Amino acid sequence: MGCNKVVVKMNQWIGIAISGILSGIAASLGLGGGTVLLIYLTAILSCGQMQAQGINLIFFIPIAVISIILHAKSKLIKWKIAFATAISGIIGAIAGWYVSGLIENQWLSKIFAGLLLILGIRELFSKKQPKNPKKQTQ
Amino acid sequence: MKQSGKQKHIILKYLGGSTVGFINGLLGAGGGMLAVPLLKKLGLETKESHATSIAVILPLSLFSCILYLTSGRVTLGDALPYIPFGIIGALIGAWLMPRISTILLRRIFGGFMIWAAIRLLLK
Repeated sequence: MGCNKVVVKMNQWIGIAISGILSGIAASLGLGGGTVLLIYLTAILSCGQMQAQGINLIFFIPIAVISIILHAKSKLIKWKIAFATAISGIIGAIAGWYVSGLIENQWLSKIFAGLLLILGIRELFSKKQPKNPKKQTQ
Repeated sequence: MKQSGKQKHIILKYLGGSTVGFINGLLGAGGGMLAVPLLKKLGLETKESHATSIAVILPLSLFSCILYLTSGRVTLGDALPYIPFGIIGALIGAWLMPRISTILLRRIFGGFMIWAAIRLLLK
C-alpha cells in the first residue's frame, strides 16, 4: 500500500510525476483527467478505492481552477450552461457521496470499472465531429 | 427555440446535471466524461463542451471534496505530492486545447480506460 505514506520514496516520485502530469493534461483537455489518476491509484498502486477517490477529488481542484482561467481566455467556456448544470449537479453530488458510504470498497471499484469500460469503448470509437456545420435554417 | 424543445432542454440540463453530480460524488471521478456528451446535446461545440465540462465539475468536486475530507476518508497530504505535476500538465493541456484535434487522444485514452477496467474487474 504505497499510497498510505505521505513521505514518499524517490522511485515513487517517478510514478507520481508521470501520473500527475498525464492527469493534468487530460483534465485540462476535458478528457476526464481525474480518471487517469484514479486508475493509477487503484489499478497500479492498489490504493483503497475510497481513499483514491478522495485524492482524485482534491487533486482535481487546483488543476480545474487553472484550466478554467486559461480556457476562459480562449473563450471556450459557456458560463450560463455551466452554472445551471453545476447547480443541479450539487444535489447529485451529495446523494452520490452518501451512497458511496453504503457500498463496500470492492464494489465501488467494480462500479468504477464498469463505467470505465462503457466510456472507454465510447471514446475508442468516437467519430470525428464535422467542423462548423452550416446551418440550414435562417 | 420551440417550446417543446426548450422544455426538453431544461429537463436534460437539470436531470443530466444531477446525474453528473451523482457519479462524481459516488466515484470521485467520471463526472467530467459524462458532462461532455451532455453539454454537446445542449448545443455546445466539441471544444466548448470539453472546456465547459471543467467549469461544471469544479464546484461539484469542491463540494464532494469537503464531504470526503470532513468524513475522514482522505487527508490533504495524500493528494499533495501529485498537485505540482498536475499543474504542469494542466498548463500543457490548456496550451494544447485550441491547437490539436482531440480525436487521436480520445482513442488512446479509450484504449487505456478499457485496459484499466479489465484490470480492476479481474482484481
